[in-house]
Amino acid sequence: MTGSPGFEPLAMDFAGAGDGRERAIALLLLTMADDEFVIGFSDSEWTGIGPILEEDVAISSLAQDELGHAQALYGLLTETVNDERDSDAWAYDRPPEGYVHARLLDHPRGDWAATIARRFLYDTADDARLAALTGSSQRALAELVAKIRREERYHLMHVQTWIERLADAGGESRARLTAALEAMGPDAGTVLAPIPGEPALVRHGIVTESFAAMEAGWRDGVAATLRRLGLPQLPPTADPIHARSGHSDAFRALHHEFTLVRHSEVGATW
Amino acid sequence: MVMIAPVTADTVRSLLADVSDPEIPTVSIVDLGLVHRVRVEDDRIAVELLPTFVACPALEIIRSTAADALAPLGRPVDITFTFAVPWTTERLTDDGRAGLRRAGIAPPAAPADVRCPFCDAADSVMDSLFGPALCRSLHYCRTCRQPFEAFKPI
Repeated sequence: MTGSPGFEPLAMDFAGAGDGRERAIALLLLTMADDEFVIGFSDSEWTGIGPILEEDVAISSLAQDELGHAQALYGLLTETVNDERDSDAWAYDRPPEGYVHARLLDHPRGDWAATIARRFLYDTADDARLAALTGSSQRALAELVAKIRREERYHLMHVQTWIERLADAGGESRARLTAALEAMGPDAGTVLAPIPGEPALVRHGIVTESFAAMEAGWRDGVAATLRRLGLPQLPPTADPIHARSGHSDAFRALHHEFTLVRHSEVGATW
Repeated sequence: MVMIAPVTADTVRSLLADVSDPEIPTVSIVDLGLVHRVRVEDDRIAVELLPTFVACPALEIIRSTAADALAPLGRPVDITFTFAVPWTTERLTDDGRAGLRRAGIAPPAAPADVRCPFCDAADSVMDSLFGPALCRSLHYCRTCRQPFEAFKPI
Protein backbone atom coordinates (compact mmCIF):
# COMPACT_ATOMS: atom_id res chain seq x y z
CA MET A 1 0.00 0.00 0.00
CA THR A 2 1.50 3.27 -1.05
CA GLY A 3 -1.02 5.58 0.63
CA SER A 4 0.02 8.23 3.11
CA PRO A 5 1.39 6.85 6.36
CA GLY A 6 -1.24 8.54 8.48
CA PHE A 7 -4.17 6.85 6.80
CA GLU A 8 -3.55 3.14 6.98
CA PRO A 9 -3.27 2.77 10.77
CA LEU A 10 -6.38 4.93 11.03
CA ALA A 11 -8.33 2.93 8.53
CA MET A 12 -7.42 -0.21 10.48
CA ASP A 13 -8.50 1.59 13.61
CA PHE A 14 -12.09 1.67 12.33
CA ALA A 15 -12.52 -2.01 13.17
CA GLY A 16 -16.06 -1.44 14.43
CA ALA A 17 -17.05 0.34 11.23
CA GLY A 18 -17.88 -2.78 9.25
CA ASP A 19 -17.31 -3.12 5.51
CA GLY A 20 -15.35 -0.99 3.08
CA ARG A 21 -18.25 1.39 2.59
CA GLU A 22 -18.53 2.14 6.30
CA ARG A 23 -14.77 2.54 6.67
CA ALA A 24 -14.64 4.90 3.71
CA ILE A 25 -17.44 6.99 5.24
CA ALA A 26 -15.62 7.03 8.57
CA LEU A 27 -12.44 8.31 6.96
CA LEU A 28 -14.34 10.97 4.97
CA LEU A 29 -16.07 12.16 8.15
CA LEU A 30 -12.79 12.22 10.04
CA THR A 31 -11.02 14.29 7.38
CA MET A 32 -13.88 16.80 7.29
CA ALA A 33 -14.21 16.98 11.07
CA ASP A 34 -10.47 17.42 11.56
CA ASP A 35 -10.39 20.17 8.92
CA GLU A 36 -13.20 22.08 10.64
CA PHE A 37 -11.76 21.47 14.10
CA VAL A 38 -8.25 22.64 13.26
CA ILE A 39 -9.25 25.78 11.35
CA GLY A 40 -11.87 26.56 14.00
CA PHE A 41 -9.43 26.23 16.86
CA SER A 42 -6.69 28.07 15.01
CA ASP A 43 -8.92 31.01 14.06
CA SER A 44 -10.30 31.22 17.61
CA GLU A 45 -6.87 32.52 18.60
CA TRP A 46 -8.03 35.89 17.20
CA THR A 47 -10.68 36.22 19.90
CA GLY A 48 -9.78 39.33 21.87
CA ILE A 49 -7.07 40.50 19.48
CA GLY A 50 -8.98 40.89 16.18
CA PRO A 51 -7.83 43.88 14.08
CA ILE A 52 -11.07 45.79 14.77
CA LEU A 53 -13.93 45.05 17.15
CA GLU A 54 -16.35 43.90 14.44
CA GLU A 55 -13.76 41.51 13.05
CA ASP A 56 -12.95 40.18 16.49
CA VAL A 57 -16.63 39.28 16.80
CA ALA A 58 -16.81 37.97 13.23
CA ILE A 59 -13.77 35.69 13.34
CA SER A 60 -14.87 34.39 16.74
CA SER A 61 -18.29 33.54 15.26
CA LEU A 62 -16.69 31.86 12.25
CA ALA A 63 -14.44 29.83 14.54
CA GLN A 64 -17.39 28.87 16.73
CA ASP A 65 -19.34 27.74 13.66
CA GLU A 66 -16.45 25.55 12.51
CA LEU A 67 -16.04 23.96 15.94
CA GLY A 68 -19.78 23.25 15.96
CA HIS A 69 -19.55 21.65 12.52
CA ALA A 70 -16.60 19.58 13.73
CA GLN A 71 -18.55 18.42 16.76
CA ALA A 72 -21.53 17.39 14.61
CA LEU A 73 -19.23 15.56 12.15
CA TYR A 74 -17.38 13.77 14.98
CA GLY A 75 -20.87 12.86 16.24
CA LEU A 76 -21.74 11.18 12.92
CA LEU A 77 -18.33 9.49 13.03
CA THR A 78 -19.03 7.95 16.45
CA GLU A 79 -22.26 6.49 15.05
CA THR A 80 -20.38 5.04 12.08
CA VAL A 81 -17.36 3.68 13.97
CA ASN A 82 -19.47 2.60 16.91
CA ASP A 83 -16.79 1.97 19.52
CA GLU A 84 -16.27 3.44 22.99
CA ARG A 85 -15.00 6.82 21.70
CA ASP A 86 -17.27 9.86 21.94
CA SER A 87 -16.89 13.16 20.02
CA ASP A 88 -14.53 14.62 22.61
CA ALA A 89 -12.34 11.53 22.52
CA TRP A 90 -12.00 11.96 18.76
CA ALA A 91 -11.30 15.67 19.08
CA TYR A 92 -8.79 15.56 21.93
CA ASP A 93 -7.34 12.11 22.57
CA ARG A 94 -5.23 11.47 19.48
CA PRO A 95 -1.52 12.22 19.14
CA PRO A 96 -0.69 14.94 16.57
CA GLU A 97 0.14 12.37 13.87
CA GLY A 98 -3.34 10.83 14.30
CA TYR A 99 -5.07 13.91 12.84
CA VAL A 100 -5.94 13.86 9.16
CA HIS A 101 -6.65 17.52 8.42
CA ALA A 102 -5.36 18.95 5.15
CA ARG A 103 -1.82 20.38 5.04
CA LEU A 104 -3.25 23.83 4.21
CA LEU A 105 -4.37 23.92 7.84
CA ASP A 106 -0.88 23.07 9.07
CA HIS A 107 0.17 26.63 8.31
CA PRO A 108 0.26 28.85 11.39
CA ARG A 109 -2.52 31.36 11.84
CA GLY A 110 -0.08 34.13 10.90
CA ASP A 111 -1.16 37.75 10.43
CA TRP A 112 -4.63 38.89 9.41
CA ALA A 113 -3.83 38.62 5.70
CA ALA A 114 -2.66 35.02 6.18
CA THR A 115 -5.82 34.20 8.12
CA ILE A 116 -7.97 35.69 5.35
CA ALA A 117 -5.96 33.95 2.61
CA ARG A 118 -6.34 30.61 4.36
CA ARG A 119 -10.04 31.13 5.05
CA PHE A 120 -10.55 32.04 1.38
CA LEU A 121 -8.74 28.93 0.14
CA TYR A 122 -10.31 26.64 2.72
CA ASP A 123 -13.90 27.93 2.64
CA THR A 124 -14.10 27.81 -1.13
CA ALA A 125 -12.63 24.27 -1.22
CA ASP A 126 -14.90 23.17 1.62
CA ASP A 127 -17.86 24.57 -0.31
CA ALA A 128 -16.95 22.37 -3.30
CA ARG A 129 -16.79 19.36 -1.00
CA LEU A 130 -20.10 20.19 0.69
CA ALA A 131 -21.74 20.64 -2.73
CA ALA A 132 -20.68 17.09 -3.62
CA LEU A 133 -22.30 15.81 -0.41
CA THR A 134 -25.63 17.61 -0.72
CA GLY A 135 -27.09 14.71 -2.67
CA SER A 136 -25.25 12.06 -0.66
CA SER A 137 -26.85 8.65 -0.26
CA GLN A 138 -25.77 8.78 3.37
CA ARG A 139 -28.89 10.57 4.64
CA ALA A 140 -27.64 11.82 8.01
CA LEU A 141 -24.62 13.35 6.31
CA ALA A 142 -26.71 14.97 3.55
CA GLU A 143 -29.01 16.47 6.20
CA LEU A 144 -26.14 17.87 8.23
CA VAL A 145 -24.48 19.25 5.11
CA ALA A 146 -27.70 21.04 4.10
CA LYS A 147 -27.66 22.78 7.47
CA ILE A 148 -23.94 23.56 7.39
CA ARG A 149 -24.15 25.11 3.91
CA ARG A 150 -26.72 27.64 5.08
CA GLU A 151 -24.19 28.84 7.65
CA GLU A 152 -21.18 28.65 5.35
CA ARG A 153 -22.90 31.08 2.98
CA TYR A 154 -22.10 33.79 5.52
CA HIS A 155 -18.49 32.60 5.75
CA LEU A 156 -18.11 32.93 1.99
CA MET A 157 -19.63 36.42 1.94
CA HIS A 158 -17.31 37.47 4.74
CA VAL A 159 -14.13 36.16 3.16
CA GLN A 160 -14.97 37.47 -0.32
CA THR A 161 -15.41 40.94 1.14
CA TRP A 162 -12.08 40.73 2.95
CA ILE A 163 -10.00 39.35 0.14
CA GLU A 164 -11.26 42.15 -2.10
CA ARG A 165 -10.62 44.73 0.60
CA LEU A 166 -7.02 43.59 1.18
CA ALA A 167 -6.27 43.26 -2.54
CA ASP A 168 -7.80 46.62 -3.47
CA ALA A 169 -6.13 48.46 -0.59
CA GLY A 170 -2.73 48.08 -2.26
CA GLY A 171 0.45 48.75 -0.30
CA GLU A 172 1.20 46.62 2.72
CA SER A 173 -2.25 44.94 2.77
CA ARG A 174 -1.86 43.68 -0.76
CA ALA A 175 1.78 42.70 -0.21
CA ARG A 176 0.92 40.65 2.86
CA LEU A 177 -2.03 38.98 1.12
CA THR A 178 0.12 38.13 -1.89
CA ALA A 179 2.85 36.69 0.34
CA ALA A 180 0.30 34.55 2.20
CA LEU A 181 -1.23 33.23 -1.03
CA GLU A 182 2.23 32.37 -2.35
CA ALA A 183 3.17 30.57 0.87
CA MET A 184 -0.05 28.54 1.01
CA GLY A 185 -0.67 28.10 -2.71
CA PRO A 186 1.08 24.74 -3.08
CA ASP A 187 -0.96 23.36 -0.16
CA ALA A 188 -4.33 24.89 -1.10
CA GLY A 189 -5.49 21.84 -3.05
CA THR A 190 -4.80 19.44 -0.18
CA VAL A 191 -8.37 19.94 1.11
CA LEU A 192 -9.67 18.22 -2.03
CA ALA A 193 -6.84 15.72 -2.59
CA PRO A 194 -8.25 12.19 -3.09
CA ILE A 195 -8.55 10.14 0.10
CA PRO A 196 -8.24 6.36 0.49
CA GLY A 197 -11.66 4.82 0.05
CA GLU A 198 -12.70 7.33 -2.60
CA PRO A 199 -13.74 4.60 -5.08
CA ALA A 200 -16.14 3.17 -2.48
CA LEU A 201 -17.46 6.66 -1.70
CA VAL A 202 -18.17 7.31 -5.38
CA ARG A 203 -19.55 3.82 -6.06
CA HIS A 204 -22.03 4.06 -3.18
CA GLY A 205 -23.07 7.62 -3.98
CA ILE A 206 -21.71 8.96 -0.68
CA VAL A 207 -20.06 11.72 -2.73
CA THR A 208 -21.71 12.67 -6.01
CA GLU A 209 -18.48 13.55 -7.78
CA SER A 210 -14.83 12.56 -7.54
CA PHE A 211 -12.34 14.64 -5.60
CA ALA A 212 -10.62 15.42 -8.90
CA ALA A 213 -13.89 16.88 -10.26
CA MET A 214 -14.46 18.86 -7.05
CA GLU A 215 -10.93 20.21 -7.26
CA ALA A 216 -11.27 21.20 -10.93
CA GLY A 217 -14.46 23.16 -10.27
CA TRP A 218 -12.95 24.80 -7.20
CA ARG A 219 -9.78 25.80 -9.09
CA ASP A 220 -11.83 27.45 -11.84
CA GLY A 221 -13.71 29.57 -9.32
CA VAL A 222 -10.60 30.56 -7.35
CA ALA A 223 -8.67 31.34 -10.53
CA ALA A 224 -11.42 33.74 -11.65
CA THR A 225 -11.33 35.62 -8.33
CA LEU A 226 -7.52 35.81 -8.27
CA ARG A 227 -7.43 37.00 -11.89
CA ARG A 228 -10.03 39.69 -11.25
CA LEU A 229 -8.03 40.97 -8.27
CA GLY A 230 -4.66 40.67 -10.05
CA LEU A 231 -3.37 38.20 -7.44
CA PRO A 232 -0.97 35.29 -8.13
CA GLN A 233 -2.56 32.09 -9.43
CA LEU A 234 -2.38 28.83 -7.47
CA PRO A 235 0.27 26.28 -8.45
CA PRO A 236 -0.63 22.57 -8.57
CA THR A 237 -0.77 20.76 -5.23
CA ALA A 238 2.66 19.80 -3.91
CA ASP A 239 2.95 16.17 -2.76
CA PRO A 240 -0.78 15.28 -2.90
CA ILE A 241 -0.05 11.77 -1.60
CA HIS A 242 0.85 13.22 1.79
CA ALA A 243 -1.88 15.86 1.73
CA ARG A 244 -3.12 14.86 5.17
CA SER A 245 -0.14 13.43 7.03
CA GLY A 246 3.21 14.45 8.45
CA HIS A 247 2.08 17.54 10.28
CA SER A 248 4.01 20.75 10.94
CA ASP A 249 5.55 22.12 14.13
CA ALA A 250 2.87 24.83 14.03
CA PHE A 251 0.22 22.14 14.26
CA ARG A 252 2.08 20.35 17.06
CA ALA A 253 2.06 23.58 19.04
CA LEU A 254 -1.65 24.06 18.34
CA HIS A 255 -2.31 20.44 19.36
CA HIS A 256 -0.49 21.05 22.62
CA GLU A 257 -2.78 24.02 23.26
CA PHE A 258 -6.07 22.37 22.44
CA THR A 259 -5.37 19.19 24.40
CA LEU A 260 -3.97 20.97 27.47
CA VAL A 261 -7.17 21.28 29.49
CA ARG A 262 -8.45 17.84 28.55
CA HIS A 263 -5.19 16.21 29.64
CA SER A 264 -4.68 18.26 32.79
CA GLU A 265 -7.27 16.11 34.58
CA VAL A 266 -8.03 12.95 32.63
CA GLY A 267 -11.66 11.89 32.83
CA ALA A 268 -12.87 15.10 34.47
CA THR A 269 -16.19 16.61 33.41
CA TRP A 270 -15.74 20.30 32.69
CA MET B 1 -62.71 12.52 41.31
CA VAL B 2 -60.02 14.20 39.26
CA MET B 3 -60.30 13.73 35.54
CA ILE B 4 -56.97 13.54 33.83
CA ALA B 5 -57.13 14.52 30.21
CA PRO B 6 -55.22 12.21 27.91
CA VAL B 7 -51.83 13.51 26.92
CA THR B 8 -51.65 14.40 23.23
CA ALA B 9 -49.04 16.02 21.02
CA ASP B 10 -50.99 19.27 21.44
CA THR B 11 -50.66 19.01 25.23
CA VAL B 12 -46.92 18.68 24.80
CA ARG B 13 -46.73 21.60 22.37
CA SER B 14 -48.74 23.85 24.68
CA LEU B 15 -46.33 23.10 27.54
CA LEU B 16 -43.36 23.76 25.26
CA ALA B 17 -44.95 27.10 24.30
CA ASP B 18 -43.99 28.26 27.81
CA VAL B 19 -40.31 27.45 27.26
CA SER B 20 -38.43 30.59 26.24
CA ASP B 21 -35.29 30.81 24.25
CA PRO B 22 -32.59 31.22 26.92
CA GLU B 23 -31.12 34.26 25.18
CA ILE B 24 -34.39 35.81 23.95
CA PRO B 25 -36.90 35.52 26.80
CA THR B 26 -39.70 37.10 24.74
CA VAL B 27 -39.79 34.23 22.24
CA SER B 28 -40.82 30.65 22.99
CA ILE B 29 -39.15 27.69 21.36
CA VAL B 30 -42.47 26.93 19.64
CA ASP B 31 -42.67 30.42 18.09
CA LEU B 32 -39.02 30.15 17.16
CA GLY B 33 -39.96 27.07 15.16
CA LEU B 34 -37.61 24.72 16.98
CA VAL B 35 -40.15 21.95 17.56
CA HIS B 36 -39.89 19.49 14.69
CA ARG B 37 -41.82 16.45 15.91
CA VAL B 38 -43.65 15.33 19.01
CA ARG B 39 -44.49 11.68 19.63
CA VAL B 40 -46.57 10.63 22.60
CA GLU B 41 -46.31 6.97 23.52
CA ASP B 42 -47.71 5.10 26.51
CA ASP B 43 -44.38 4.85 28.24
CA ARG B 44 -42.57 7.99 27.00
CA ILE B 45 -42.71 11.28 25.18
CA ALA B 46 -40.26 11.96 22.37
CA VAL B 47 -39.57 15.48 21.16
CA GLU B 48 -37.31 16.33 18.26
CA LEU B 49 -35.94 19.86 18.13
CA LEU B 50 -34.09 21.68 15.35
CA PRO B 51 -30.95 23.64 16.26
CA THR B 52 -30.96 27.17 14.85
CA PHE B 53 -27.20 27.01 14.29
CA VAL B 54 -25.12 23.83 14.50
CA ALA B 55 -22.83 25.38 17.10
CA CYS B 56 -25.55 27.10 19.14
CA PRO B 57 -24.27 26.90 22.72
CA ALA B 58 -27.81 27.17 24.15
CA LEU B 59 -28.91 23.71 23.00
CA GLU B 60 -28.25 21.91 26.27
CA ILE B 61 -30.05 24.62 28.25
CA ILE B 62 -33.03 24.39 25.88
CA ARG B 63 -33.06 20.63 26.24
CA SER B 64 -33.09 20.71 30.04
CA THR B 65 -35.66 23.53 30.27
CA ALA B 66 -37.95 21.71 27.86
CA ALA B 67 -37.57 18.49 29.88
CA ASP B 68 -38.50 20.37 33.06
CA ALA B 69 -41.57 21.84 31.35
CA LEU B 70 -42.78 18.35 30.40
CA ALA B 71 -42.03 16.77 33.80
CA PRO B 72 -45.63 17.32 35.08
CA LEU B 73 -46.84 14.84 32.45
CA GLY B 74 -45.20 12.13 34.54
CA ARG B 75 -43.62 10.20 31.70
CA PRO B 76 -40.00 9.78 30.71
CA VAL B 77 -39.14 12.48 28.19
CA ASP B 78 -36.66 11.98 25.40
CA ILE B 79 -35.55 15.27 23.82
CA THR B 80 -33.19 15.08 20.88
CA PHE B 81 -31.84 17.50 18.30
CA THR B 82 -32.09 16.59 14.65
CA PHE B 83 -30.97 17.97 11.29
CA ALA B 84 -33.74 16.03 9.51
CA VAL B 85 -34.89 19.34 8.09
CA PRO B 86 -32.72 22.44 8.36
CA TRP B 87 -34.07 25.09 10.71
CA THR B 88 -34.64 28.26 8.72
CA THR B 89 -35.89 31.69 9.70
CA GLU B 90 -39.05 30.90 7.71
CA ARG B 91 -40.06 28.78 10.69
CA LEU B 92 -40.52 31.81 12.95
CA THR B 93 -44.19 32.49 13.66
CA ASP B 94 -45.71 35.99 13.61
CA ASP B 95 -45.72 35.91 17.42
CA GLY B 96 -42.07 34.92 17.28
CA ARG B 97 -41.25 37.89 15.05
CA ALA B 98 -43.15 40.23 17.39
CA GLY B 99 -41.29 38.71 20.36
CA LEU B 100 -37.96 39.41 18.69
CA ARG B 101 -38.91 43.08 18.25
CA ARG B 102 -39.88 43.30 21.92
CA ALA B 103 -36.39 42.03 22.77
CA GLY B 104 -34.87 44.79 20.60
CA ILE B 105 -33.93 42.40 17.79
CA ALA B 106 -35.10 43.04 14.23
CA PRO B 107 -36.80 39.97 12.72
CA PRO B 108 -34.94 38.31 9.84
CA ALA B 109 -35.20 40.13 6.52
CA ALA B 110 -33.10 40.85 3.46
CA PRO B 111 -30.54 43.57 4.43
CA ALA B 112 -32.47 46.28 2.55
CA ASP B 113 -35.71 45.36 4.34
CA VAL B 114 -34.44 45.34 7.91
CA ARG B 115 -36.48 47.71 10.08
CA CYS B 116 -35.30 49.24 13.34
CA PRO B 117 -36.90 47.32 16.25
CA PHE B 118 -37.09 50.54 18.28
CA CYS B 119 -38.59 53.13 15.89
CA ASP B 120 -39.59 50.91 12.93
CA ALA B 121 -37.67 53.13 10.49
CA ALA B 122 -36.34 51.51 7.34
CA ASP B 123 -33.28 53.78 7.12
CA SER B 124 -30.57 51.63 8.69
CA VAL B 125 -27.15 50.27 7.73
CA MET B 126 -25.61 46.89 8.46
CA ASP B 127 -22.38 47.30 10.43
CA SER B 128 -21.41 43.64 10.53
CA LEU B 129 -22.67 40.27 9.36
CA PHE B 130 -21.65 38.86 12.73
CA GLY B 131 -23.00 39.88 16.10
CA PRO B 132 -22.99 38.86 19.75
CA ALA B 133 -24.58 35.50 18.92
CA LEU B 134 -24.21 33.25 15.87
CA CYS B 135 -27.79 34.01 14.82
CA ARG B 136 -27.46 37.80 14.75
CA SER B 137 -25.96 40.66 12.71
CA LEU B 138 -25.24 44.26 13.77
CA HIS B 139 -27.05 47.32 12.40
CA TYR B 140 -27.36 51.05 12.99
CA CYS B 141 -30.59 53.04 12.72
CA ARG B 142 -30.05 56.41 11.06
CA THR B 143 -33.43 57.67 12.20
CA CYS B 144 -33.33 57.08 15.97
CA ARG B 145 -29.53 56.71 16.01
CA GLN B 146 -29.54 53.43 17.88
CA PRO B 147 -27.35 50.44 17.17
CA PHE B 148 -29.43 47.27 17.07
CA GLU B 149 -29.21 43.57 16.31
CA ALA B 150 -31.11 41.66 13.63
CA PHE B 151 -31.80 37.96 13.42
CA LYS B 152 -29.90 36.66 10.40
CA PRO B 153 -31.93 35.17 7.58
CA ILE B 154 -30.76 31.59 7.19
